Amino acid sequence: MSVPVSQASKSAAAIDRARQAGRAALIGYLPAGYPDVPASIEAAVALAENGVDLIEIGVPYSDPVMDGPVIQDATVTALANGFRVSQLFDVIASITARTDVPVVVMTYWNPVLRMGVDEFARRLAEAGGAGLITPDLVPDEAAEWFEVSDRHGLDRIFLVAPSSSTERLHRTVEASRGFVYAVSLMGVTGARNAVSSAARKVVDDTHAAGAARVCVGLGVSNASHVAEIAEYADGVIVGTALVAALAEGGPDAVGTLAAELRTGLD
Amino acid sequence: MTEQPPRPDGAETATTDPEAGDSGTGPAAAFLEGRDSLRSATGPYFGAYGGRWMPESLIAALDELETTFEKARADPEFTAEINRLNRSYSGRPSLLTEAERFSEHAAGARIFLKREDLNHTGSHKINNVIGQALLARRMGKTRLIAETGAGQHGVASATAAALMGMECVVYMGAEDTRRQALNVARMELLGAKVVPVEHGSQTLKDAINEALRDWVANVDHTHYLLGTAAGAHPFPAMVRFFHEVIGDEAREQIREQTGRLPDAVCACIGGGSNAIGMFHAFLDDPGVEIYGFEAGGDGIDTGRHAASITLGRPGVLHGARSYLMQDEDGQTIESHSISAGLDYPSVGPEHSYLADIGRVQYEPVTDAEAMDAFRLLCRTEGIIPAIESAHALAGSLKVANRWAAQGVTGAGRDVEAAVIIVNLSGRGDKDVATAAQWFDLLDKDTAEQAAAGEEQ
Repeated sequence: MSVPVSQASKSAAAIDRARQAGRAALIGYLPAGYPDVPASIEAAVALAENGVDLIEIGVPYSDPVMDGPVIQDATVTALANGFRVSQLFDVIASITARTDVPVVVMTYWNPVLRMGVDEFARRLAEAGGAGLITPDLVPDEAAEWFEVSDRHGLDRIFLVAPSSSTERLHRTVEASRGFVYAVSLMGVTGARNAVSSAARKVVDDTHAAGAARVCVGLGVSNASHVAEIAEYADGVIVGTALVAALAEGGPDAVGTLAAELRTGLD
Repeated sequence: MTEQPPRPDGAETATTDPEAGDSGTGPAAAFLEGRDSLRSATGPYFGAYGGRWMPESLIAALDELETTFEKARADPEFTAEINRLNRSYSGRPSLLTEAERFSEHAAGARIFLKREDLNHTGSHKINNVIGQALLARRMGKTRLIAETGAGQHGVASATAAALMGMECVVYMGAEDTRRQALNVARMELLGAKVVPVEHGSQTLKDAINEALRDWVANVDHTHYLLGTAAGAHPFPAMVRFFHEVIGDEAREQIREQTGRLPDAVCACIGGGSNAIGMFHAFLDDPGVEIYGFEAGGDGIDTGRHAASITLGRPGVLHGARSYLMQDEDGQTIESHSISAGLDYPSVGPEHSYLADIGRVQYEPVTDAEAMDAFRLLCRTEGIIPAIESAHALAGSLKVANRWAAQGVTGAGRDVEAAVIIVNLSGRGDKDVATAAQWFDLLDKDTAEQAAAGEEQ
């Protein structure tokens, strides 16, 4: 499971650019195809135009066990509206054609397996995607993904959690390329009133395990959360709040919220 | 010809019978060459199946569970406690009953029923919940969560929680809570809280999703008492371990009652826990044909079924790689069966492996075939089976009649002398409303009410 550091990581570059500007990176999540394919592209571009450093596009999936009700409902809607996985690559290509902000894909593993890991990766790379965040794929099961991601020059962003042992932190850091996704709390996606007290410790421990870039997600929903996490993490990931904004006010509302979240970093 | 002897009280059954059924020439012989045993596979992988396709957040809990389980199974105190509860609480060993009148429809083969329906709470499910609840206690966990379809595993989990003084929350598809209002009441009587799952397709798989979400958030004091031999390691091997008692008892009982091993064992397959518990004891007996019967629903050509192995493709769901009903995009396809307990779009990974190597034959049985066998058992034996188990009954008749058509069993024995064990995994009290509707036994007003209840 060697990690060829030489391979250029688009997501690492985006985080490093923010760091050079003296701040943490802002990462925004939206599901592909929600509420429909064109609107999901517009909303992602709105993220890029309002200060987001890295875009995370989710693949709607029938059994999203790490997602809370807001994202579940959005992905159910996308699927009910006929979203197909092959459209993901159109969404990625459309976004990368309009912005230089890199795009990573968040996907549960079965849609990747079904298409074929290599085929999925090849099409993602062709569309200009930077890599995959894999919420239900741990490095222990990722042998094929290691090989394929190396072949196609894609980032592999694994998750760490407050429950991860030191040994697992080391293994996951070593397996990851681009950044490590630190889950801020024991739970699923969804807005929370306050940032979990566990978040800082996970980030510190993951840095101590050798990670150059650790970004925090889950329960981050406003500019003050963003500012708080930016003090110790390399990036801050917002999902549910943006999806809720998209549901209520369309791509414009996404842009407005992104700009507001960004004030937490400036 | 063989009298059914009175049930021995405990474990002191005869162990010296020669294994007359071991011909070594059955369909199993080929793959057994060069292999010591198919028994006691530990996971995490069964061939290419199994594993841990799970969020990192839960890996520590799975590790803790695995460690606790491995220590417990080697601890005589733990196994003695399981045996004590099986005997004094669940009512084990369960009977092995020869179904003489039912067998008249089996081309001369003798059919024996492993009576898991007689266990406390009415099905095999109690074996697993007792075991896992004891493990939860060993881990210092005070709260049990579980998923349930029609309610059988939920009732069993609520029962174990009450017995051990634990909090219990059961996730159940919102649709199922309406259709199975009596089982919801049973769980609540036992002190459990039932949470209707309104998200996703509101079925068993969504109940599992919701239980996993709860587990992620509460894993420090909560054990997820998964009800079937599926899911991430160590669940498939662990759930099998707690159900192995089914096959172990049946193997001794059949030798005691017939003087030899059976020619075939049959069980129904949803996630596959009753089946793996029954099959395990016979995996290394090459002369014993093993059959798993999946829910064929309206028929496997209709798309409305739950025949994961017959028609699914390997994929990952709920933590395991296994056969899975999925579309071209890898989205899970909703399963359909008249039997809620079989209505699951995947199957335990060990079954997928046993299917691939050919040790177990998996075949679909339709709703209609199962309901015919359901009625036949009611009328010939005075036993109302769970509709799940009726799939195995229907399958056993198919096996016997197929033997009759080809003249001999797979191992070359006369059908007239053949012996089949069917795992009667549960009793049918819970299915009376479904069956009454199927057979049109309700008066018009009541039928309309029942139909209206279905549509709500």
